[in-house]
Amino acid sequence: MSAESRKPFEATLPAGRARAIPWLTVMAGSLVTVAPFGATLGLLPPCGLLMLLAWRLLAPLALRRWVPPLLGLFDDLVSGQPLGSAMVLWTLTFFLVDLFDQRTMFRDFWQDWLIAAAAIAMCLAGGRIVATPLTAHVDAVLVIQIVVSILVFPLAARIVAWIDRKRAVE
Amino acid sequence: MAPTRDRRPGFSRRAQYSLFLTYILAIAGAVVGAVLLALSTFNPPAFAALRATVREVTTPVSSGISAVFGVVSGVPDAIGSYFHVRTENEALRAEVKRTRAALTQAQIIVRDNRRLRGLLKLRDGDAAPVVTARIVSSSASSTRRYGVLNAGSWQGVREGQPVRGPDGLLGRIVETGPNTARVLLLTDPDSIVPVRRIGDGMPALAAGRGDGMVDIRSVDTGDAKLRPGDRFVTSGTGGIYAPGVLVARVVRAGSDTAPAQPYARPDTFDFALVSAAFVPPPPPARPQPPKTRR
Repeated sequence: MSAESRKPFEATLPAGRARAIPWLTVMAGSLVTVAPFGATLGLLPPCGLLMLLAWRLLAPLALRRWVPPLLGLFDDLVSGQPLGSAMVLWTLTFFLVDLFDQRTMFRDFWQDWLIAAAAIAMCLAGGRIVATPLTAHVDAVLVIQIVVSILVFPLAARIVAWIDRKRAVE
Repeated sequence: MAPTRDRRPGFSRRAQYSLFLTYILAIAGAVVGAVLLALSTFNPPAFAALRATVREVTTPVSSGISAVFGVVSGVPDAIGSYFHVRTENEALRAEVKRTRAALTQAQIIVRDNRRLRGLLKLRDGDAAPVVTARIVSSSASSTRRYGVLNAGSWQGVREGQPVRGPDGLLGRIVETGPNTARVLLLTDPDSIVPVRRIGDGMPALAAGRGDGMVDIRSVDTGDAKLRPGDRFVTSGTGGIYAPGVLVARVVRAGSDTAPAQPYARPDTFDFALVSAAFVPPPPPARPQPPKTRR
């Protein structure tokens, strides 16, 4: 995929930088919460998680399997969730995608989207359970946030595909 | 090509072992995450220093973008006000003329009030303002409601100090860094503020719901009817929040519990005033019992 989109004799990215780019994009996604608007409701999609899922589904070898705890730690530090929640949930997400990898022969983008939808719902619901007391009235907002996040996933996939095309094959 | 059922990455032992190791590392990372999660569930302020370190880096970025955003969004407003300035001027002049009598009356009342309070030897626990800052970002992707304030311990901000906006109470400080602080907003499910109703002074608690509103819970033993439009201010009970700051307005009728809309909206880019934590005046000393003779 990446070999075709590059010009014939264009230099490839050094391996270190090609490895670092997926990390940086996921961290940039986590940092969207730094955007200066005070939200009354938590409707912003978890952009770090969307980028991570897009990398996992579109370029499975771009991120190693031990990466999600570290990226999750960074996300927890900026997202306002209790520290450790994304570390656990993102790792579980990777294992969930591994399960699907074993069972599916060929995958279209629609199946990828469906898997991403399941993973997003699992992460957001899990994050809500560990962060907020069960009596809080946040469930309606949470459902809207899950729907918005699922709808935004193709955009994250587009961004990741575009970056991955620029990235060197190893 | 269909993937094979065999998940080994080839015949190389090295490749097989390193793949196995990555899974071990991932599981180890998740276990560490679970331990951190348990620690931060039972002790929420744990790891405040880590969060503060990241915040120190991100907050200037938020402040910068916020300033640019404010300038850009202020342009249409400025153009609009330029054309309305004349009519507005006339309206304001008329209003000043109308309210002059009421103002004089109010000044007399304030003077009287001060004199009477002096006679009663009431001490006003007026919380001194610490710093005026802005809430520059918030936990927009989380179900928790936190804000980030662009002032910290170097400006005198301490944990537990109340934060108010121009319209009403915003929340209180839960973590501080050198230049930044984290604010637990009024609408967070963990926030509880003691309040009383304007008018009859009925005590209640304003507990955050998480959906941008607060629940007013009556603490009276008698049946408390809450009507739409009832306004609540902080009561100062238990310290932290100085009395008399607007908190919320009831939107639906209810007995004992009713949802209410907070006055302060954290989504407006406005100033936040941090005040010193309110310390209620000590109860009057009890008269000493007469000394008993042996």
